[in-house]
Order: sequence, then C-alpha cells, then structure tokens
Amino acid sequence: MSIERKEIEKLATLSRIAINEETISEVSQRLGSVLELVDQLQAANTDGVEAMSHPMQTSQRLREDEVTEINRREALQAIAPKTEDGLFLVPKVIE
Amino acid sequence: MHNLTIAELVKGLQSKKFTSVELTQHFLDRISSLNPAYNAVITVTAEQALKAAAAADQRLAAGDAPDLCGVPILHKDIFCTDGVRTSCGSKMLDNFIPPYNATVVENFEQAGAVVLGKTNMDEFAMGSSNETSFYGPVKNPWAIDSVPGGSSGGSAAAVAARLAPGATATDTGGSIRQPAALCGVSGIKPTYGRVSRWGMIAFASSLDQGGPMARTAEDCALLLNCMASYDDKDSTCIEREVPDYTATLNSSVKGLRIGIPKEYFSEGLHPGTEKAVRAALANLEAQGAELVEISLPNSALSVPAYYVIAPAEASANLSRFDGSRYGYRCEDPKDLQDMYCRSRAEGFGEEVQRRILIGTYCLSAGYYDAYYGKAQQVRQLIQQDFVKAFDNVDLIMGPTCPSPAFKFGAKGDDPVAMYLEDIYTIATNLAGLPGMSIPCGMVEGKPVGLQIIGNYFDEARILSAAHQYQQSTDWHDLAPEGIA
Repeated sequence: MSIERKEIEKLATLSRIAINEETISEVSQRLGSVLELVDQLQAANTDGVEAMSHPMQTSQRLREDEVTEINRREALQAIAPKTEDGLFLVPKVIE
Repeated sequence: MHNLTIAELVKGLQSKKFTSVELTQHFLDRISSLNPAYNAVITVTAEQALKAAAAADQRLAAGDAPDLCGVPILHKDIFCTDGVRTSCGSKMLDNFIPPYNATVVENFEQAGAVVLGKTNMDEFAMGSSNETSFYGPVKNPWAIDSVPGGSSGGSAAAVAARLAPGATATDTGGSIRQPAALCGVSGIKPTYGRVSRWGMIAFASSLDQGGPMARTAEDCALLLNCMASYDDKDSTCIEREVPDYTATLNSSVKGLRIGIPKEYFSEGLHPGTEKAVRAALANLEAQGAELVEISLPNSALSVPAYYVIAPAEASANLSRFDGSRYGYRCEDPKDLQDMYCRSRAEGFGEEVQRRILIGTYCLSAGYYDAYYGKAQQVRQLIQQDFVKAFDNVDLIMGPTCPSPAFKFGAKGDDPVAMYLEDIYTIATNLAGLPGMSIPCGMVEGKPVGLQIIGNYFDEARILSAAHQYQQSTDWHDLAPEGIA
C-alpha cells in the first residue's frame, strides 16, 4: 500500500512539515506500510461499542477562578528564539 | 557502593556509613569513566549534584530525613528540570532550558534525592531501540552491539551499568518495561493517573505515564513512593492516597491467582524467552501461586489501535513546536509558514515526522471515523478483555517482549518491524493498567523480562509478587561483564 503524492503533499501542509521532493516516494512507502498495519482494525467487529477516549472514566475537574501562576514573562522569554519589548518576534505576517 | 541497592543505600546513608557527597562523587566518577561507552547519560549535572548531596548530608545529620534523602538518581530527559537542558532526545529541544521543574522532579527534590543528570532516550519517546535519539543510540551494557530498548533506553542502560542506582522513565506503549527487560533491570509503569504528567513532555497524553526503574522491585517501590502523588496541575492525575509500596512487599504469593494469556505465548515468541518466562511462572507456582490460563482475545488488535491513537495524539501535542516561543527555529525564514514548515522539518527526526504525518492522516476529514473512531472502539474491546480477566485472576503474567535485545539496525527500514517489539506491552497502556518488567533469565548472554500486569491501582500487589520472586532468584543481581 502506498499513499499518493498529492495526499502526502496535503498531509505535509496540514502538519506544517516541509518535505523534500526527493524523499516523497520513500515517505509514501513507509507511511503506506504503517497504514497497512493499522488497516487490520477494519476487520474488528465494533458494532455498538462505545469509543474509549481515555482510560479513566472521570470528568474534568473544575477549580476556583483564582490566579495561581505568577507572571514570569522574562524567564519564559529568555528561552525564545527572538523577542523584542516583551513580545515574541516572528517573520512579518501582514504585508 | 554502586552494587548496593537503593534500600541498602538508604540504610548506609541513615546510619552514616557513607555520606551522600561520597556516594554522589562515586557515581559521578562512574559516569565519567563508563558512560562514553554506553551513551546512556546525555547531561551530567555534577556541580548541582554535589551541592544537593551536601545539603542532603546536613538533613541526614539532623535526623528525620526522608528515605531517599541523599540517594543519587537520574532523570529521563523528558522531565523538565529547572535550569537544566531538557531535550526529549530531539534537535527541536536541544537548546531548551526549562524555567520550571516537572512535578516528578519536584517530588524527588523535596525528598532530598540527588540528581546526577539526564538520560538519553528515543526522540520524543517514539521508538523501541533508542536509535531515534538526536544524541545517538544508547548501547546495551550486556551486548555493546545491541539496542537497550526504548524509549527509556538511557535510564535502563544507566541502571544496568550501575551509573545510578535508580532512574525515572516514562511508558506510552512499553517504554519502561521493554528497555527494563532488554537491560535486565526492574521497571514499573503505574496505573494511568498515578504519577503526575505535569512537566513531562507529552507524546500521547491518554497513554503516557511516568514510573521508576531500578535493579529490584523493592527499590522500585521506594522510588514510586516518592514519584506518585496527586497533582492539581495535571487534570488527569487521580486523587487517591498513595500507599506505602514497601509495606506490603513481604506478602506471600500463596493463593495468588496468576492469569497466563495464551495470546502472549504464540507465534513470534523466542523459544529461549518463553522458556525463561515459563520457569519464572513455575517458581511462583512452587511458592503457592495458582496459574490460570486466560484469553485476551483482542490482543492482536492492540498494535494497530495504538498506531492510530498514539500518533493522533502526538500530532496534536507536537503542534506546539513551531519555532515561535522556544526550541529550534530554522535560519532566515522567509515568512511565517516557511518558519513553521522548515523548523519542524529540520528540528524533528524521521520517526517523529512519520508519526505526526500518520496522526494527521488518521484525524483528517474523511478518515476520522474509519481510523480514529474505530481505534477508540477497539481500545474499549481491549480494556474489556482485561476487565473480564481480572474478574477471575489477581495478576496477569507473560513475557515483556518477544525476544532479547536485537542488534543495531536489525529492524531495518520497515517501521512496522520495530512497532511489533511492543506487542505484549501496548495493551496495558491502552487500558490504563499498571505493568512491570523484572529480569527472569538470560538467553544468548542477554536478559529476559517477565511482565506482570495488575488491576487498576494494584501496584502494591505487582511489586510484592515481583519482590517475592526476587527473594528466591538472583537474575536481578547479575551484572554485565566489566561492570561489577
């Protein structure tokens, strides 16, 4: 099983991962082999079986709406690739 | 001192036979002389460790120090450590120095444990051989040409080589148990929600669980006592008292009903591994346990279900690594999209990219129901298998993995061959159950692991059965050549 080139390109875009032209066929082949494995699921009879999204049947805990974290802007920005005046810098978004 | 167990180290420290500074220096020396051969430790925090050891010695001198006070340990490089690089085995986080501690790290710090450094791992915990680490593979101390298992291969190899008496690890599909088995050490993955995931870099959030590794079950109990806690900061952490896991270690296995799933002894299991595991079961039977054949009929579906659910969750979790706020950013991005796409292509390794792509595929429009929805239904079937089994048995036992440590590159280019390494461990993560691996034999000079699976929050029973087995065997005492 292999995935079509167009599909790989779409996945790469959705995942925001640049894929080299030269590696597309290899990526397609390897993803195909994983999907072949995963396709074994289709044979399972799951009629009427509820989806299980989490191992524990618990509901989300709520807490009081109180400030629990202190402002650590400097520490958090010290590890950023680029900052200026307390803001994270990224390439220009709006022309 | 490196051949002493943690339980023995605790006694030695509390009775002032040696100081934590002496002990810490001893392990630091071992790391600097032995680690280059194994690549198990990727960051050594010698200065902080000696400082922490001196503080621990003061606490010990004052009396009333917690059990682990002054005991040196290593943390898997997936746990955030304040001021110390936390790479998760990835180029993406090679420059990441967290401004905070994971709850697990905090728990050990409170107890006065001494952190020697951080251990190597498969990139973002995705792998079963440690070959996907950005820092190069870890070598198995039992056979330098073989893998240590993964993803917690650095922690397992470090404990096996006596570079530390214990280490933290994490398990999403077998990442504590499989490397513990391949390196001949003991390791337990607790029930989902037992150990806080706060500050533990996420791979697949509904499966990830931290746990300890050490040479004996007793040491794992001591470490788990400290590692397990209720934590407000992790909304999936279970609010439930943490028992003293060492208190019940001496419970006899007499009358214990041990389920043996026939699916775990089928095709693909190495005959030497099977023989060792059967011998271990016979040992427990001789001690009075009752062996009961059981069936987990949906076992074969656990690997396919996992390779939908784990990548799907990973693709969402790893979307945060975009080059904006921390971690790797590509050179000279021409626009925002280019920054995202190239930072991720250059920062993530091949296996991580593959899982993100698979996860994205399974979650994308048109495929969601067929893959993700279906996998979640199958997950329910797998859990039901265990629920039914535990109606009739107290523990489930079998091999941890199909064969002993394989050679580097042996799984070749086919990702699926590697995925099947976790065939016996994945189901417990899908169900959220606790599982452990302990050494139970040697095949071709390499260790074999016995897997012990328990019911929800039944870690104490797992640990006591493991301890009883270790009281009458010495597989856990064996050391690789040149180590003792």
